[in-house]
Amino acid sequence: MATVELRNLRKTYLHEEIIKGVSLAIAEREFIVFVGPSGCGKSTLLRMIAGLEDISAGDLLIDGQRVNDTEPARRGVAMVFQSYALYPHMNVYRNMEFSLRLAGMPEAERRQRIGDVARILQLDPYLDHKPGQLSGGQRQRVAIGRAIVRNPRVFLFDEPLSNLDAALRGQMRVELASLHRRLDATTIYVTHDQVEAMTMADRIVVLDKGVVEQIGTPLELYHRPRNLFVARFMGSPPMNLLPATINAHDPDGTMQVRTETLSVSIPTQQGGLEVGAPATLGIRPEHIRIDPQGAVQGMVEVSERLGAVTLLHVRLPDGQMIVVQTGGDNTDSADTPICMTFEEEHCHLFDADGMALARSTDHPLLAGA
Amino acid sequence: MARTSTRLRHAAITVLAWGIALWMFFPILWMFLTGFKSEPDALSTPPHFLFHPTLSSYQDVFARENYWHFATNSVVISVMATLVALLVSIPAAYAMAFLPGPRTRMTLLWMLSTRMLPSVGVLVPIYLLARATGLLDSRTGLIVIYMLTNLPITVWMLYTFFREVPVAILEAGRMDGATRWQEVTQVLMPLALPGIASTGLLSLILCWNETFWSLNLTSSIAAPLTTFIASFSSPEGLFFAKLSAASTLAVAPIMVFGWVSQKQLVRGLTFGAVK
Repeated sequence: MATVELRNLRKTYLHEEIIKGVSLAIAEREFIVFVGPSGCGKSTLLRMIAGLEDISAGDLLIDGQRVNDTEPARRGVAMVFQSYALYPHMNVYRNMEFSLRLAGMPEAERRQRIGDVARILQLDPYLDHKPGQLSGGQRQRVAIGRAIVRNPRVFLFDEPLSNLDAALRGQMRVELASLHRRLDATTIYVTHDQVEAMTMADRIVVLDKGVVEQIGTPLELYHRPRNLFVARFMGSPPMNLLPATINAHDPDGTMQVRTETLSVSIPTQQGGLEVGAPATLGIRPEHIRIDPQGAVQGMVEVSERLGAVTLLHVRLPDGQMIVVQTGGDNTDSADTPICMTFEEEHCHLFDADGMALARSTDHPLLAGA
Repeated sequence: MARTSTRLRHAAITVLAWGIALWMFFPILWMFLTGFKSEPDALSTPPHFLFHPTLSSYQDVFARENYWHFATNSVVISVMATLVALLVSIPAAYAMAFLPGPRTRMTLLWMLSTRMLPSVGVLVPIYLLARATGLLDSRTGLIVIYMLTNLPITVWMLYTFFREVPVAILEAGRMDGATRWQEVTQVLMPLALPGIASTGLLSLILCWNETFWSLNLTSSIAAPLTTFIASFSSPEGLFFAKLSAASTLAVAPIMVFGWVSQKQLVRGLTFGAVK
């Protein structure tokens, strides 16, 4: 298994810079997920690592060796494509054998290897089937098998689950995670689905417009978004964001913040923010409590009952809409006035440039991170 | 009610389709029948639908010309021209489909525009070139000309077929370690085989039927079946039966060939029209 290092990677296409200097060090056996909205450059970045796109500037190192100009097959990377990209004219066995045959591996060894991989992926019964005869999930497995047989140093996945239906996607997500544990392979995985990113990644790289917005563990990103973009992108339903003003900063390390309708003390450091400066208050839907004594009033507009939880879309007196996550047994329906409490220790504060202010206290799950 | 009207429409379309097909096929049928008539029967007006079939025209045709010499030339020239055209146009279409440059589209259109030039417009230069290179009345000469005139069509067709192949599959091949050559021969060509086959078929048919260059650049040694037919046409419009017999002999091989491969041909020509 290998380390991968990106040093200020850039990609220019027709005078337009799509990747604007990405640097990242990936450790051995790490599962890295590139996530971001469509057009953020995550797939391009993956294809640059694969060798399918030229690198305009910067260095790409695999196991410490610069591979910018190395042929894809010689980089020791294997890729699973979004469309699977199986060879339709070859059966499953031949699909997996293709790279081994091109590499000149003896027949007996090929047979042995493909047999092993087919067993892991439960593909034994389908070895002589053509891809067209397989279901979506099976094709996905063949695509993974084709990558595994090569025994690559790095696995690259380009939105591999986006063609599957929701149930199968959930199942394959678990299978991929356990496969990663079993193979102990360095993996780079591209997705636009933040659930995949949160559940599988050791570290997530959030990209937007060719720039890294934040790199961190899933919980770091969730609880300590570095800026408004990450705060909006991670979490479903997304974080509530309200325009606010700094009211005061207390010497004990909290900021008094006021919006049109509420006032909270947030345990963040002052940063450069003076009293009266504009800011953005962020709070996740699960950190707003329904509380008859709560200081924040609102009117329920829509109640989405998901079973385990209920999402209340609440209009504040100043017209702002927020989402509140409550228990599945909540009975508030539309047009019900409610009172709420914002859990201050879970509030986020962003300055006018959208950058988060550093916390004075740490999230218990992130202690030591 | 709606069902009856649908059925009526189906019936109408069927009758119309048969009508058009017969109308288009009639000249060939007439030629075929005339070949078995005696010369007076062939010329009579109104035409005779009922007549005593005779093989005399065929016997005359075989007695006068060496059919197999012409037929061999047709086969050799068509097959060779098609093979060379494929050999040249597969790499060209690959480059245009998968590594397009800013001028690829223009190049494609320009290539097609050369087909719009009337052949006779370049007769003199081509004739002089052929004479200077010793390619007059030689199979090689016709092979080169046929290959070149068909190249725009074969490149265009292959380009369209190749564009239907998902790029990701070729990229998967590259990731698996395929060289450019292996990528084309082991991944792209097997996938585009139906397209390559119908391109080849069309090229074969075009070469087989080509008349202008064969009449002007060959006389005896390299003359294909089109000149064989021409040698039976007389300015006064006589000997219709013999002309018909010769024509039947000339088009029969390609018609049988086309009929056998029609499924492939139709699939090729409508490829990509429906998913």
